[in-house]
Amino acid sequence: MPDQEKLVKELADKHGRKREFLLPILQELVYEKNYLTDESMRYVAKELNISAADVYGTASFYTFLDTELRGKYVIRVCKTISCSMKGKDEILHVICDTLKIDVGETTLDKKFSLLATNCIGWCHKAPAMLINDIPFIELTPSKVTKILQDYIKR
Amino acid sequence: MINLTINGLELEVDKGTTILEAAKKLNFRIPTLCHHQDLCVAGNCRVCVVEQVGNRTLVAACATPVTEGMEINTNSLSVRTSRKHIIELLLSEHNADCTKCYKNGECELQSLANEYSVGDHIFLDLIVDHKSMIDMSSASIIKDDSKCIRCLRCVRTCEELQGVHALAVANKGSEQKISSFFDKPWREVICTNCGQCINRCPTGALVERNNIEDVWNAILDPEKHVVVQTAPAVRVSLGEALGFEAGHTVTGKMVSALKRIGFDSVLDTDFTADLTIIEEGTELLTRLKDVLVNKRDDVALPLTTSCSPGWIKFIEHIYPDFLKNVSTCKSPQQMFGALAKTYFAQKRKIDPKNIVSVSIMPCTAKKFEANRPEMRSSGFKDVDFVLTTRELARMVRQAGIDFMRLEDVNYDSIMGESSGASVIFGATGGVMEAALRTAYEIVTGREVPFKNLNIIPVRGMKGVKEASIKIDGCTDEWKFLEGVELKCAVAHGLVNAREVMEKVKKGDAGYHFIEIMACPGGCLGGGGQPIPTNSKIRAKRARAIYDEDMGKPIRKSHENPEIIQVYKDFLGTPNSHKSHELLHTHYKERNRY
Amino acid sequence: MKAQKIKRVDLIFDSTSTKEVLVKAIKMKPEEIIQEVLDSGLRGRGGAGFPTGLKWKYAASEKGAVKYIVCNADEGEPGTFKDRQILEDAPRKVYAGMAIAGRAIGAKQGYIYLRGEYRYLLFKLMEELVFFHSRLKELGYDFNIQFRMGSGAYICGEESALFESIEGRRGEPRNKPPFPTVSGLFGKPTVINNVETLVYTVEILDHGAKHFKEMGTSDSRGSKVFSISGDTPKPGIYELELGMTVERFVEEFGDGDTKAVQVGGASGFCVPRKKFRETIIGFEGVPTGGSMILFNSSRSMYNLLHNYLDFFDEESCGQCAPCRVGCQQLLQGVVSVKAGEKDSRYLDELVKLAKTMKIASKCGLGQSVGNAFRTIVEHFREEIIY
Repeated sequence: MPDQEKLVKELADKHGRKREFLLPILQELVYEKNYLTDESMRYVAKELNISAADVYGTASFYTFLDTELRGKYVIRVCKTISCSMKGKDEILHVICDTLKIDVGETTLDKKFSLLATNCIGWCHKAPAMLINDIPFIELTPSKVTKILQDYIKR
Repeated sequence: MINLTINGLELEVDKGTTILEAAKKLNFRIPTLCHHQDLCVAGNCRVCVVEQVGNRTLVAACATPVTEGMEINTNSLSVRTSRKHIIELLLSEHNADCTKCYKNGECELQSLANEYSVGDHIFLDLIVDHKSMIDMSSASIIKDDSKCIRCLRCVRTCEELQGVHALAVANKGSEQKISSFFDKPWREVICTNCGQCINRCPTGALVERNNIEDVWNAILDPEKHVVVQTAPAVRVSLGEALGFEAGHTVTGKMVSALKRIGFDSVLDTDFTADLTIIEEGTELLTRLKDVLVNKRDDVALPLTTSCSPGWIKFIEHIYPDFLKNVSTCKSPQQMFGALAKTYFAQKRKIDPKNIVSVSIMPCTAKKFEANRPEMRSSGFKDVDFVLTTRELARMVRQAGIDFMRLEDVNYDSIMGESSGASVIFGATGGVMEAALRTAYEIVTGREVPFKNLNIIPVRGMKGVKEASIKIDGCTDEWKFLEGVELKCAVAHGLVNAREVMEKVKKGDAGYHFIEIMACPGGCLGGGGQPIPTNSKIRAKRARAIYDEDMGKPIRKSHENPEIIQVYKDFLGTPNSHKSHELLHTHYKERNRY
Repeated sequence: MKAQKIKRVDLIFDSTSTKEVLVKAIKMKPEEIIQEVLDSGLRGRGGAGFPTGLKWKYAASEKGAVKYIVCNADEGEPGTFKDRQILEDAPRKVYAGMAIAGRAIGAKQGYIYLRGEYRYLLFKLMEELVFFHSRLKELGYDFNIQFRMGSGAYICGEESALFESIEGRRGEPRNKPPFPTVSGLFGKPTVINNVETLVYTVEILDHGAKHFKEMGTSDSRGSKVFSISGDTPKPGIYELELGMTVERFVEEFGDGDTKAVQVGGASGFCVPRKKFRETIIGFEGVPTGGSMILFNSSRSMYNLLHNYLDFFDEESCGQCAPCRVGCQQLLQGVVSVKAGEKDSRYLDELVKLAKTMKIASKCGLGQSVGNAFRTIVEHFREEIIY
C-alpha cells in the first residue's frame, strides 16, 4: 500500500470517517507531509466516502491546507497592517535574499517555502512570522537572519 | 397562518412560506438568480434582497421565512439601488460579450440586466483573459468560467440531484470558482455528462458542446446519406422550444421539420428501444435461468439497465465492482447506430461509408457515449453526431421553418416503426414497464396482468420505486420461474441510483431487475432538454408520453413488425452471435474523482 | 456623560479560583446563572456585542436533549491578539466559562475552535484541559470540551461559518434565521461565545453582576481587553473600563502625533483626529472586538485602505455576490483612482457600493467591509486620490 494511502487510513481510523473529521484529517496530513497532494486527497475522499472534488473544494478554502507543493518549513510572514507598518517588507527582503526565493516559492531542496499571510495575532510585537507553527516576533533583519541560519542547519 | 404586508398589501400565508413565495401570491415577482425550485436554498446571489421594515439590513426573499406582522417592501429605494448594484457587480465578473454567446437571448443575467436598464456599466471589468477560462475537453459539456456568476446551481444540482459532486466550489474570496477535482480538465473527472447542470445554469457558463455545424455540413454534402434517429423523449419536449406549451407532443411535426432540414432518412430510436427490450429481456431471462437452474455463480443478478449513458459512467466511476450486473445491451441510440451502417445500409443498398448517422437526444451524455471507442462495431463510428433537443430546435429556427404550422409526417422505413412500449422509454420506469410487458408474456404466454397493460407501480416521480410481480402459469420452457416473485426497482436521478446501489451492495435488496436513469424523471428530464426543465414541466412531459403510448396500435415491443423482420432478415435470434457483435458491449472501471 | 479617564481593570487575568466559581455555579439554578449574566449587562466581546445573557436565555428555552457550547477562539481581526493572551494565561477560566454556559442552557458538550495560527498553544491547552476535565469529574459536573482547529480562514470567526468548519465543510456563513440558539452546530441549539466573553461570565459569577455593571456606560457595561498596536510607545494588551473617548485613549497610548485610530480592525471604523473628542469607544460610538491601531502623521492612509481591501479580497468567503465582487471592485477601484485611471468622482460610486455591501451582503463580513472604506475615504479623501 502506498505510503500516503496508509497514512490516510491511519488518520481515518484515528479520527473517524464522519464528515466532521475531514478537516482534522487534512490538517494532520499537512502537518505530516507539508501539503496535500492530488493522491492524498483522493484517498481521503475514498475513506470518508465523499467526492474528491468536495475534498479539494473544502481544502482549497483554507489557506493553511496547501494544495501546492510546500517545503519542510513553511515561513508565513504577516502582511497585515501593524506588521506592514513595522517593517514587514524589510523582513521579506532578507528572507528572499537568504533563501533565494520569492514570496510564494519553495527552495529547490524543498526545505523552505515563503508565504505572506494575514494577521497572525502578534501586532504588538510586529513584525512577526510563523515557521510552521512557531511564532517569531519583534523581528529585525539580523534576528531573522539568525533564525534562518538556525533552520538551514537543521 | 402568518399575516404580513408586502408593498402595503396585506396577506395571510402558511407558516414556513418564504417572502419570495408570499410575494408571488400577490403577483409580485422578485427577481432571482441562484434560486431554483429543484434545489435547496442558497441565498447567495442576493438579487432577491428586499426591505424588511425595522431590519438593519435587507433580507434575501428566497431564504427568509415570513413572520407575523412582517412588513416587506420589494421596490424601495434601497432595494432598487442594491439590486442594480448587484446586477452590475455580477456583470463585472462576467464576460458580457452577449451577442457572441451561445446563450444569447436565453440568459437569466442578460434579461435581468435588460430589465434593470443596466447600460454602460459603472464598475471595472474584472475578466482579464476570458479565453483561458474555457474548458472544452469534454465531449458533452463546455464550461466557461468567464461567464460564471457563482450561483452554485450547478454544484447543488451535481450534489443534491445527482449525488456525483463532480463540481465543487474551490478557493475563497476573489479566487473562488466552480471547479473539478484539483481543477482537472473536465474529460478526466467523475462527471457523468448528464447535463443537469446545463439545464440549471442561468448564464452561458455551462452549455452543451454543440454539433449543429457538423450536421449542417453533412446534410449539405451531396455525397452523404444523412440518417437521423429521434429519441422517445424528444417528441414530447421539442415543442416547448418552438412555441408550444409543455406537454404537447409534436412527433409528426418533428419528422416533417427534419425532412425539410434535409435529412435523407428520418428514422426512430424507438425502433431500437423495442429491440433493446427483446435483447435485454432475453438477457434477463437467461441470467435468471443461469442463476436459478444452472446455479452459476459467475452470473450476476440483479440485472440493471444500460440505456442511460450518464448512469453507465456513474457506475464505472463509483461502483465498478458491479459492472457485471449491468446489461451488456448497448443503449437504443448505439444499437441504432450499429444497425444504420449495417442492416439499413444493406437493405437500402447504400455504402455505409457514405452514411452519416445523426441522433436527436434529450441528453448530453449521449454525445460522450457516441464517442466511446467501444461504439464502432459497424466498422465505422456508429453514431457520428448527437444533437440535443435544444440544438434541433435551433436548427429548425435556422432553417426558417414555421414549426407550429407544419403538417404531421410519418417516419421513413425501415427502422421507423415502434410500439407504445418504446415510447415510454422516455419516462422513468418506462424501460421496466416495457420489459415486463414482453418478458411476462414470453414466460407465461399471457399479457402482463395490469389493466390496459399500464404497470402503474413503476410509474411516477418517486425517487426510488419498487414493484414485484408474481410469475405463475409458466409455459413449459420457463417452468423454473413458476411462483417466482420477480422483484424490480426503478431509480431516476443519480442520487437515487446511489441509494439503490447501496442496498444492492449490502446484499439485502433481493432485486432481480433494476432500471436506472441518470436524470430526474428519466430522459424526459434529460440534460439536453429545453430550458427550463423543472418538476411541473417534467410531469407534463410524462403525461404526454403515456398518452402517446396509449394511442399506439402496438403496445408491446415483440409485436413490432419491423422487429420481427430484423431478426428474420438479419440478426437471427435474440442474443445471437450477430446481436452480440453489433448490439452488445462491455464497460470499464474509471477513476474515482 | 461620565468624566472619562482611562481606568485599568484587572479581572480577566486576575487570580480567580475557577474551582470556587464552578462550585458556586453548581449550587445555582440555570435560571439564576442566566439572570446574573443578564443583570451584568455583558455584551459579546468578539465585536458584534449581542447581550450574552439573552443568548443564553434563548438557548436555554429551546427543547432538545443535545445542545452545544462553542468557544470562538478564531481571533482573526487585524490588530486583535487578546484572545491568544487569555488562552495563554487563563485557559482554565475559558473552560470554566464554557462549563457554566453549559449548565445554564443544558449543554454537555463544548467545542473550542482555535485558529490555526495559534496551534503552538494547543499542547499546553490540552494539558490544561485534561486537568480541567478531572476537576469537573471531582465536582460531579457533566461537561466535556473538545478542540477543533481552524486552518487560516478569517471568515470562520463568523459564527455560522465556524459551525460549517467544525462540521467539516467550507467555512461559508449560513442564511439567518435560523439563529444559532435555535439551530447551530450540527443543527442543534448552540451558544457561541468569544473567549473573552466566556471569561467575563466567570468573573461575573465570582464578583457579582453589580460589580461589573457599575463599570462602563449604559450601552457598554463593564470592562474590555484591548489589543493596542501601531504607532504607540506602549503596544500590548490592556484591560480597560469601557466608555472612554478616543481622545482619552490617544492621550494615554498615542505617540503625540496620532492622526487616526482604527477602532475594531479591518472591519471597524477609522476615527480621524478631528473626531477624537466626540467619539466614544463602545457600542454607543465605535464598537470594537479589541483591535486599536494608532497611526501617526507619517502614515499613508491609502496604504492602510489598500491593506484592508487586499485583506478582504482574500478573506471574503466568496459565496455572496455583493461581498465577493464588491471587495474586488473596491480594491481595484481605489488603485485605479490612485493611478489616475478613474477620476476622483469614482470614489463616490464606490462609497455607494460600500453602502450596498453593508445592507445586502449575507453575513457580517461583507456588511462590515464598508465601515473602514467609508470612514477612510470620507476623512482622508485627498490621500486616496493623490
